[in-house]
Amino acid sequence: MEIIETAMPIYAIAVSLLAIIPIGLSGERNPNLRESWTITAAILKFIIIVSMIPIVLDGKVIEYSLITVLPGIDVKFRVDALSLVFAVTASFLWIVTSIFSIGYMRALKEHSQTRYFAFFAAAMAATIGVAFSANLFTLFLFYEAITICTFPLVAHNETPDAIKGARRYIIYLLGTSLAFQLFAIILTYNIAGTLEFANHGILAGKASDLMLIIIFILFIAGITKAALMPLHSWLPAAMVAPTPVSAFLHAVAVVNVGVFTVLKVLLYIFGTGLLYRLGISTVFIYFVSFTIIVASIIALRQDNLKRMLAYSTVSQLSYIILGASLLGRNGITGGIIHIAIHSFAKITLFFAAGAIYVANHKTMISELNGMGRKMPFTMTAFAIASLSIIGIPPLSGFLSKWYLMIGSIESGHAPILIVLVASTLLNASYFLPVVYAAFFKKLPSDEKSEIREAPAFMIIPIMVTAVGTLLLFFAPSLLLDLAGIVLGNLTGGY
Amino acid sequence: MNLVSNIPVLVIIIPLFSAILIPVFGRISRSFGWYISLFATFFSFIISISLLNTVLTTGKISYRLGGWEPPWGIEYLVDYLNGYVLVVVGLIAFIVTVFAKKSVEKEIDADKITPFYSVYMLFITGLMGIIITGDIFNLYVFIEIASLSSYALVAMGRKRAALMASYNYLILGTIAATFILLGIGYLYMVTGTLNMADLSRRLPALYNSKVVLTAFAFFTVGISLKLALFPLHIWMPNAYTFSPSVVSAIMASTATKYGAYILIRIMFSVFTLDFDIRVIPFNEILVFLSSVAIIAGSVIALAQTNLRRMLAYSSVGQIGYIVLGAAIANQLAMTGGLIHILNHALMKGTLFLVAGSILYMTGIEEISDLNGMGRKMPLTMAAFTIGALSMIGFPLTVGFVSKWYLALGALDAGMWPLVLVIIISSLLTAVYFGRIIERIYFRDSIGAGEDSNQIIGQSGQSEAPMSMVLPTLILAGLCIVFGIAAFFPVSIAAKAANMLLGGG
Repeated sequence: MEIIETAMPIYAIAVSLLAIIPIGLSGERNPNLRESWTITAAILKFIIIVSMIPIVLDGKVIEYSLITVLPGIDVKFRVDALSLVFAVTASFLWIVTSIFSIGYMRALKEHSQTRYFAFFAAAMAATIGVAFSANLFTLFLFYEAITICTFPLVAHNETPDAIKGARRYIIYLLGTSLAFQLFAIILTYNIAGTLEFANHGILAGKASDLMLIIIFILFIAGITKAALMPLHSWLPAAMVAPTPVSAFLHAVAVVNVGVFTVLKVLLYIFGTGLLYRLGISTVFIYFVSFTIIVASIIALRQDNLKRMLAYSTVSQLSYIILGASLLGRNGITGGIIHIAIHSFAKITLFFAAGAIYVANHKTMISELNGMGRKMPFTMTAFAIASLSIIGIPPLSGFLSKWYLMIGSIESGHAPILIVLVASTLLNASYFLPVVYAAFFKKLPSDEKSEIREAPAFMIIPIMVTAVGTLLLFFAPSLLLDLAGIVLGNLTGGY
Repeated sequence: MNLVSNIPVLVIIIPLFSAILIPVFGRISRSFGWYISLFATFFSFIISISLLNTVLTTGKISYRLGGWEPPWGIEYLVDYLNGYVLVVVGLIAFIVTVFAKKSVEKEIDADKITPFYSVYMLFITGLMGIIITGDIFNLYVFIEIASLSSYALVAMGRKRAALMASYNYLILGTIAATFILLGIGYLYMVTGTLNMADLSRRLPALYNSKVVLTAFAFFTVGISLKLALFPLHIWMPNAYTFSPSVVSAIMASTATKYGAYILIRIMFSVFTLDFDIRVIPFNEILVFLSSVAIIAGSVIALAQTNLRRMLAYSSVGQIGYIVLGAAIANQLAMTGGLIHILNHALMKGTLFLVAGSILYMTGIEEISDLNGMGRKMPLTMAAFTIGALSMIGFPLTVGFVSKWYLALGALDAGMWPLVLVIIISSLLTAVYFGRIIERIYFRDSIGAGEDSNQIIGQSGQSEAPMSMVLPTLILAGLCIVFGIAAFFPVSIAAKAANMLLGGG
């Protein structure tokens, strides 16, 4: 494996960090200039990240060591196939989210918009930091930075409710990561003497099985961003945030960072071989399945659209973790591609929820009767994204489910098929009624059936991401190629 | 003898003579007090850096006061440990003095400003002397100089409660000093020497003597009182809460450090690790006490409504970290404890300077009045946030470095429950700082301003003057600089730890 030393990962992180300065300087006085900085930074970041794709597809790895804090503890970056899947998805969706944010914030005349866009940019820098981190220390650093930077976004409304939700958000995320994840990192360093991610893991043969299992549990409990039950309740609580923030949490950054971190720990700290030998992955698979099913059942009972989407996310994230913990080729592939696939679908759904709120001030599912006539574009996109999450071809959600199903048979966990089928049925039964109500039920008698769409700044992002879920089905080659490289390295020689 | 070879004693001479000069020049103009102090602390700082530099390149420095040979004369001895602590104290003293000008003008009556700076310089003299001396009786003398001047400094607080706090501190401090003196007396009784290096050569033969044991007991209790090690901390919260801001800043970031320094000196340089572990299970007792201190300090801090009192209780916990490192007594943990001397001085210094700036600008002391402060004093509050994140132990801040080493040291010693102690305390710290940060940034300042001293209105910025903001920001910046470029201070601390643990 060839290693290329270049500072490109730093540029990708720094570009949104630097954007904070002009964003802050432009301030509320010159909102158009301020927003143009956000968009410029987003596009630049995307270009920088995309320009790394050919290098990685060539089978090379980009590395850059920034600084050694202490011996054995560096701030170091590595760009490989797995980080690109995440980084490309996140940076693309950031462009869309920024455009959507502009429409949303202006339509609602929100306060403190400068703070909002500044912390958005900071959170994005940290997200890419996680994606490109080469060791657990760097990852932990950016993981915590995201929590801090998103707190002002979640608490944006500054109402007692918002503060309460944001407080739960930060207590869960910061508390568990300081208590469990950091503990796990300290133990890992104590045992392995290093924190670098390695293709075959770094813990094998270094400590007793009991110790390794303890570390495993600490890691899983400490990465709360992955929203595994029972530590998921921060995610619905964070629904107090403005809708673009929810979209950012659910599709661009926070939860994706969570599952990405879990994948990194499973594949590069423990390594598939060790997990298989410990037998802990089998237990874990069923633990994760529990989240998949139960979260879907809870989603079924929600009337608040955003809360329903939140529980749907909790369930979908576990698909990704499930895929990785199946430890087989197809399972891991399914998990990796589901990061991108779920993000596109979920961000569309949140955008739609935001558009409905902005244009018609509706937040409840029961209020959506006939909405398809008032907001044809938005609801069409909503329908496409729902079908993708359910997993109906020709939408990309089908692909990941397909790989996960093959993966579960391949790894000899046939009962997981039942979980996947049950979850599909549950997904269908909470999404389809919404789509049905929007298109086939009549509007309430006191409302006119004229078109009341959200501003173009919001509709265009919705259409883009909806089309994205389609495109990923017909042209998944980039995703599959990247996943293939990840697998090639995992199974390849030392 | 030329000036260069007399450098070690200049660390004492400069502040001591300033203490005498200030009242003289104070008759001409009050403003001289500050300028002389600034000058003196600046030179002490520079000299301490040059001393550390010499130690790092050429090894120990031994200076004979008046040319008398040790063990008869007084020896000043600079090695890795006190070279390092000297720089920490010198740095903090200088930065706090820069900050002092405005703050003292506001908080202390005009006719007391000259005496204030004079006593302040005496306090610095005491601190520097405690750290640099290699003679155990001389140590006692400097402890008394530092203590007596700090009683006076605390008593200069604005409220009447300051007098009570000072009196309380005086009684307990005197008991502590008496205990230390008794310890010194017993040691002299059996060894006939007062030189630390000499003592450590003669003591091992006497380790089974009851007198030595008694001496050690007196030392431990006396120093723990000075150090405010839980449960002997009761003088500290009041002293920090009611003293002038500058005094609480300098005491919180240096005075407790000299206590830690003396404890480590006595434990490892006068006595040896062998005595601490084999003769009595002293380290185990200390591990237990410091763990209790860490948790109790954090829990009590949680319940506080006064900002400075909260910071004081937080210090009780943080002192526990330093002692814990010394008590675990392996290379990693000792490094962690020693590096925490610097790290805690930086972060607690930052936080107390912030408290001082808030008091200066708004008169606010209660946490509940801090709403909306982030908009009024953005720079000061940014420093506060950095200090707070550092206290929690965020990566790339100094707090992380200390905790990382302590945790690894505890694991190395097989004491994994201590990692839990560290983690629980970090979580508690996150809670008590988190609620303040939430207040200053996410709540509007309704309900604030009941204090008649409030200068500012409900809106608009009113940042503290530059002479206060700048030192605060420098300290906060150092919290990050030494959190990122941690290797440099850690390498010095590691050398000191190696020396203390008998590695040469």
